[in-house]
Amino acid sequence: MAAVTEAPPLAPAPEKKPPRKRGRFTPYWLLLPGILWLLIFFAAPMIYQASTSVQTGSLEEGYKVTWHFATYWDALSSYWPQFLRSVFYAASATVLCLLLGYPLAYLIAFRAGRWRNLIMILVIAPFFTSFLIRTLAWKTILADNGPVVHTLNSLHILSLTDWLGWTAGDRVLATPLAVVCGLTYNFLPFMILPLYTSLERIDGRLHEAAGDLYAKPFTTFRKVTFPLSMPGVVSGTLLTFIPAAGDYVNAELLGSTDTRMVGNVIQAQFLRVLDYPTAAALSFILMAAILLMVTFYIRRSGTEDLV
Amino acid sequence: MTFVNWLKRNLVVIAGLATLGYLLLPNVIVTVFSFNKPKGRFNYEWQQFSTDAWQHPCGVAGMCGSLSLSLQIAVWATIGATVLGTMIAFALVRYRFRARGAINSLIFLPMAMPEVVMAASLLTLFLNLGAQLGFYTILIAHIMFCLSFVVTAVKARVMSMDPRLEQAAQDLYAGPVQTFLRVTLPIAAPGIAAGALLAFALSFDDFIITNFNAGSTVTFPMFVWGSAQRGTPVQINVIGTAMFLVAVLFVLASMVIGNRKGRQKA
Repeated sequence: MAAVTEAPPLAPAPEKKPPRKRGRFTPYWLLLPGILWLLIFFAAPMIYQASTSVQTGSLEEGYKVTWHFATYWDALSSYWPQFLRSVFYAASATVLCLLLGYPLAYLIAFRAGRWRNLIMILVIAPFFTSFLIRTLAWKTILADNGPVVHTLNSLHILSLTDWLGWTAGDRVLATPLAVVCGLTYNFLPFMILPLYTSLERIDGRLHEAAGDLYAKPFTTFRKVTFPLSMPGVVSGTLLTFIPAAGDYVNAELLGSTDTRMVGNVIQAQFLRVLDYPTAAALSFILMAAILLMVTFYIRRSGTEDLV
Repeated sequence: MTFVNWLKRNLVVIAGLATLGYLLLPNVIVTVFSFNKPKGRFNYEWQQFSTDAWQHPCGVAGMCGSLSLSLQIAVWATIGATVLGTMIAFALVRYRFRARGAINSLIFLPMAMPEVVMAASLLTLFLNLGAQLGFYTILIAHIMFCLSFVVTAVKARVMSMDPRLEQAAQDLYAGPVQTFLRVTLPIAAPGIAAGALLAFALSFDDFIITNFNAGSTVTFPMFVWGSAQRGTPVQINVIGTAMFLVAVLFVLASMVIGNRKGRQKA
């Protein structure tokens, strides 16, 4: 990322690129195929889905739009635990990602020196192995008679987490802890990369200035570094929370029937139960909930020009 | 006291390296277990060292077929998404037109949407249209979700381009086509390459959207998913390890070449 060779700048550009007007229709021709693709295969399906969610009928007789909004009510009242679980797991994973990812992003940005590119590659490298294979590796790491469970057991941490309901029966696999651990692992790079991007932009002289003004390292971090890295925190949080809330892979591979998330329900309803209206309603609720949360979150943290 | 001071100063480094370990541990496990000889159907417990799986990487029914299918889909999806995405990126940076805000959100939304939602809604569309699920529905879906990432990558590069370079080319009597091919495209190339690489990685590794829209077609991630239920062959780990090694070598090689080019220029 940092190794992109840049052409030497000629001189400071006089003004911000004046959009040229050459061929009135050129932009539309350039946009047409891609935008059509998104309209047909992204936007239109959302509308189809909304319409499916208010249909009634059966697979054999076909479905008709009957404005049957009760599907939403039924879906929510049967699956609210999975919804809550999704939000809770995704939020926990996001917080963990922030706590784990920040030191690493900081390390790459300020302390890595000539190791920077190597560490950067190591952060991205896991992406090159299929994430399903890597998630399955957690089954080995967290195995019941493996070293991790042994250590946690002998430190009596497992009895604490058992008591909190995060684990059960002195094992980690097939418990909420395993699912959150898998989610954290899977989406950690999505936290680290935006954090790094915003940390790297910070002028190092600001740190010196804070030090000159007798700020202790931690004060410097709290008053200078962290506020300046807020754009990274915001986009990292979104990039972690959104996919984690919709994920069903970790819950399926590392969890049990007690850790099913809303993604599992949508998948099962769509691909196994074939109850399309319920599945569509659930998916619509998930989408609406996430869009609402995202809008609220961006408003609150005040970085509206995120994109 | 000095140790405590040292610890205080390097706390961030230690925490960061611990996180790096957390990120890399599964890859280590995948690699180690590619040399395992499991007793049962599942490859989760270490038994004994063996290179069987490395000698017969395609020894599992259906795996290499799914791998080649995934590669084909990834190549076509990369080409499709890169061409369409680059066109959109140029239009967005270089031209003024109506509905820019709407188009920007249309490009942003697929990245902000949980995969399950896109997967489920696309399947509703295909079911409503009575489309035959398989290679083409997967390809359509992959181009759709890769597109936005390509647009973002290319846009960033084109935006940082000095427009005066193109003006200079035109002053030197280069036609629009010549300017584009000899000046614009070479400068935008790193952005396009980054977008294409991202699209390839996203498409090759996609599971959720593919699982919904594949019908009975099996891509490599779907094969791994199925094997998690039926029994995980060691060959999966061989493929995972090999992919990792190839990718890291590729990145290292491109870095070395990049460094050399930089030095020649200097």
